[in-house]
Amino acid sequence: MSRSNEREVSGKEAPDFTLPSGPDSVFHLADLRGRPVVLAFYPADWSPVCSDQLSLDQAILHEFDAYTAALAAVSVDGTWCHRAFAEARGLTFPLVSDFEPKGAVSRMYDAYRSEDGFSERALFVLDPEGRIEWHEVVPPEENPGADGILRALDDMTAHSVT
Amino acid sequence: MTLATPVHRLTVPVTDRDHVRGDLGARFTLVEYGDYECPFCRAAHPVVQEVEHRLSGQLCFAYRQFPIVNAHPHAVRAAQAAEAAGAQGQFWLMHDRLFESSTGFADENLVRIAVQIGLDARRFIADLSANRYLDRIREDMASGARSGVNGTPTFFVGGVRYDGRPDAVSLIIALQRSAAAFSA
Repeated sequence: MSRSNEREVSGKEAPDFTLPSGPDSVFHLADLRGRPVVLAFYPADWSPVCSDQLSLDQAILHEFDAYTAALAAVSVDGTWCHRAFAEARGLTFPLVSDFEPKGAVSRMYDAYRSEDGFSERALFVLDPEGRIEWHEVVPPEENPGADGILRALDDMTAHSVT
Repeated sequence: MTLATPVHRLTVPVTDRDHVRGDLGARFTLVEYGDYECPFCRAAHPVVQEVEHRLSGQLCFAYRQFPIVNAHPHAVRAAQAAEAAGAQGQFWLMHDRLFESSTGFADENLVRIAVQIGLDARRFIADLSANRYLDRIREDMASGARSGVNGTPTFFVGGVRYDGRPDAVSLIIALQRSAAAFSA
């Protein structure tokens, strides 16, 4: 099983982007400056692993709140698909549509599977200044859980205190 | 590049804070993070009971709450019911009843179970109404999330996340291996 834990991105500024997060809402990454941000790229709405992963994130949102961290998830699905998926799974954080041009933002984050036509299952934790603090790519069939995210948020908090 | 999947370890060891069946110092330790309304957890319940039965006297089984409330709307309520029963010394009676119940977890059903197992119903209702054990449930969820829980049920065998099949024989083999590795 391949797993990329450290590509050459840590410490780099996260590429800014603006994408729809619903039929009438827009997600602009730079608006979240001042807070840690968790970006979760994922392959597809409705897939079992994506459902489990995002449901878990929803269930532990209060853990992210403790770091004032914002969570957003990104896939190539369209906004109406995202809305139906979010309503069915009870997800309250933004689901962002990397739909047109397809996968363009995922490609900027080196998180696109050209051969499949969907995003990687890739997690990014950004610091409040918008730099990539940590990231992890796991195979599409693997649910990464949230332990890596929480460790990264812990590490960031420890650094900012010292 | 091919790397082994990293090992996920239990970040908060089993102590007397936990609900345990068996002795804390037992040869084998099994921890479950579960959700009473999750169909996979409900399917795993008789499996765990079989493991407990077959390793009787040698196993410490701990159950921690991990309700996925957005998927299972009554899961937090059911977890609170178990904790409220625990406060009256009857965690495991309620735990088993919740997993075996087929009537759902509306409040009146939870109170009915509480009465059936002999709890002080007035206290039970007050505890649920006040969300008295919500913080404890969140502590369990925090320790689970930090230990690599990525769905329910997630088991830890000898403190390491178990990614194998959720059947009794596989779990027993994993428990025996973990104890052998520990004593080696």
